[in-house]
Amino acid sequence: MRHIISLLIENESGALSRVAGLYSARGYNIESLTVAPTDDPSLSRMTIVTFGSDTVVEQIAKQTDKLIDVVRLVTYTETPHVERELMMVKLRAIGAQREEAMRLVSIFRAKIVDVTDSTYVVEVTGDSGKIDAFLGAVPSEQILEVVRSGVVGIARGESALKV
Amino acid sequence: MELSGAEILFKCLEAEEVEYVFGYPGGAVLHIYDALYKQDTVKHILVRHEQGATHAADGYSRATGRPGVCLVTSGPGATNAVTGLATAYTDSIPLVVITGQVAQPMIGTDAFQECDIIGISRPCVKHNFLVDSLENLAMTVKKAFHIATTGRPGPVVIDIPKNLTDPNITIPFDYPADIEMRSYKPAISGTQGDIQRAVDLLVSAKKPMIYAGGGVILGEASTQLTALGRELGYPVTNTLMGLGCYPASDPQFVGMLGMHGTYESNMAMHECDVLLAVGARFDDRVTGQIDTFCPHARVIHIDVDPANIAKNFPVEVPIVGDTKAVLEDMLALLSETNRRADPDAIAHWWDQIKSWQSINSYNYDRNSSLIKPQFVVEKYCELTEGQAFVTSDVGQHQMFAAQFYRFDHPRRWINSGGLGTMGFGLPAAMGVRFAHPDAEIGCVTGEGSIQMCLQELSTCKQYGVAFNILNLNNGYLGMVRQWQEFTYESRYSSSYVDALPDFVGLVEAYGHVGMVIDKPGDVEGALREAIAMKDRLCFLDFRIDTEENVYPMIEQGKGHHEMRLNPRRSEFA
Repeated sequence: MRHIISLLIENESGALSRVAGLYSARGYNIESLTVAPTDDPSLSRMTIVTFGSDTVVEQIAKQTDKLIDVVRLVTYTETPHVERELMMVKLRAIGAQREEAMRLVSIFRAKIVDVTDSTYVVEVTGDSGKIDAFLGAVPSEQILEVVRSGVVGIARGESALKV
Repeated sequence: MELSGAEILFKCLEAEEVEYVFGYPGGAVLHIYDALYKQDTVKHILVRHEQGATHAADGYSRATGRPGVCLVTSGPGATNAVTGLATAYTDSIPLVVITGQVAQPMIGTDAFQECDIIGISRPCVKHNFLVDSLENLAMTVKKAFHIATTGRPGPVVIDIPKNLTDPNITIPFDYPADIEMRSYKPAISGTQGDIQRAVDLLVSAKKPMIYAGGGVILGEASTQLTALGRELGYPVTNTLMGLGCYPASDPQFVGMLGMHGTYESNMAMHECDVLLAVGARFDDRVTGQIDTFCPHARVIHIDVDPANIAKNFPVEVPIVGDTKAVLEDMLALLSETNRRADPDAIAHWWDQIKSWQSINSYNYDRNSSLIKPQFVVEKYCELTEGQAFVTSDVGQHQMFAAQFYRFDHPRRWINSGGLGTMGFGLPAAMGVRFAHPDAEIGCVTGEGSIQMCLQELSTCKQYGVAFNILNLNNGYLGMVRQWQEFTYESRYSSSYVDALPDFVGLVEAYGHVGMVIDKPGDVEGALREAIAMKDRLCFLDFRIDTEENVYPMIEQGKGHHEMRLNPRRSEFA
């Protein structure tokens, strides 16, 4: 089962490698990991997407929480939450491909953020499924380059992951 | 008062009441060693290899409960300390290891003796720090001691760049009295609801079992565990790490459990209906095949580390907390309510356990013309009245020591349980000696293990450190040979140690006393002589039966009820 682990970690050098190292050392599967400072510059927020049974993910969460730098940690599995991922994809756009790409961009409510004679860079945001669907809809020979941010997630409503 | 970084470091160690630092100098820590020279509060023990420093500090810590401290240089000094860090980490031993680092402007330039010890040590320490400024040094040391000694203890590395210890740069010194870390708040006491549920479950038992590990020793909870065991009248077993946390001479003690535990403790684990696990982590050497581990038991697990609970085995009543605080709460609740299990059921359970005990699973041939390793340990225990500190290395001798020395007190059994580090015993015994100058100390080792940190005999010479080394010499890597015999059709691939040194000549070269003992009749006399010799290190080279195996044994993939017993045990008197 897919799980999202969100955590606040001291914004100190080496904090990311402590988390990443824990995953590789313990053989945990990690689908994506995103990290950036929050409104409080002393704290970074990390979102980890992982797959595993409930017991495996419970253990992943406990081991991660045990790291000295981790201030708070929650797991969004059943919790109603919103998640987003950003992708930028560079498409070959020559002749009829240009029209077709524009149409897809419009259907997916994506954005063209760079244009040349022969390429488009398209920005797509949404849950990972939507991004996968966009990639699936574009003919593969047209895709020049893909960059995805990994997932970020936040709980709905009043609950907040704060210190 | 303005102090340099090196001076601040010693002021911090003084504030932490550090008695000994085990270390080895080098370029990156020369400012620190110069400051060491100018102070006389903290005593420095010069080892011969940084691994020896870490094991000595570890032995000191295990024997006292206080954190062990090391000081090593950058690069190879730091990397040599890694085995000791991993050893302490696996057994949750509090250490503070100070490593020198190249000067900050040199970091990342592949400078001489530069290495990323923060990166290297990360998976085998509780935490590590690269000190980034002189202003943060004192606070970092405070945090390091706090993290190493609280919660589930463990080793902490402080990596200090050389420029931060420069004697020409000084700042005012102020050691923080208290520490508050928003990201680190270990649990102390379990919740009352859980403790109530645990007591309810315990008194409902018909076939209870108490399984106690190293966490009881680390949590200084032996008195409480012993009180609880006796209050309830339940059988108690210890893990390898827990030996001594419940008195081995107590009639309720059913011996060690696990791979080389007693038949009765493993059978009782297999049959029990309620299992109280205290400060034990369900290690694979204890559980054997996990699918067949305690198949009938409802489990209560007390552990200070929440990640240990339900890590390897599902638990019905999890209690996260300090073993001492939780056991005190359980005792209080038991005495308030005066509830006990059905005495008939417990009596019946004891009858069953006694019938398992009657097979005498540790029995060995006492009439052999060869020296039996079990006999050496048994005799040593008898002559020291079970009061010695026993360090060990790893292998058959370690298991014989665990099986045949009866530990009645915590912190007497000093061994690398989790990591299984060969070379641990000799430097650990040095650490114990500094902690307890007058105690009886024996390092039970084998000819394979002792050669892994043998250079520390030189440290022993320098400081006049005296204890006894009991070398159970069978000319094989015994445990490797045993496994090869059992599972590889006796193909002894590289388990034979050819070209052994003349150990007596070797230790005499270091200024110590050596003896060779090759007849069972000489064992007692040699041990008596060694024990009486208080001012010299004595190395007893026992030429033991080369084919002796450790029994019983649970082989890989087997359950507790499928122990391999000594096939010849019925022939022994």
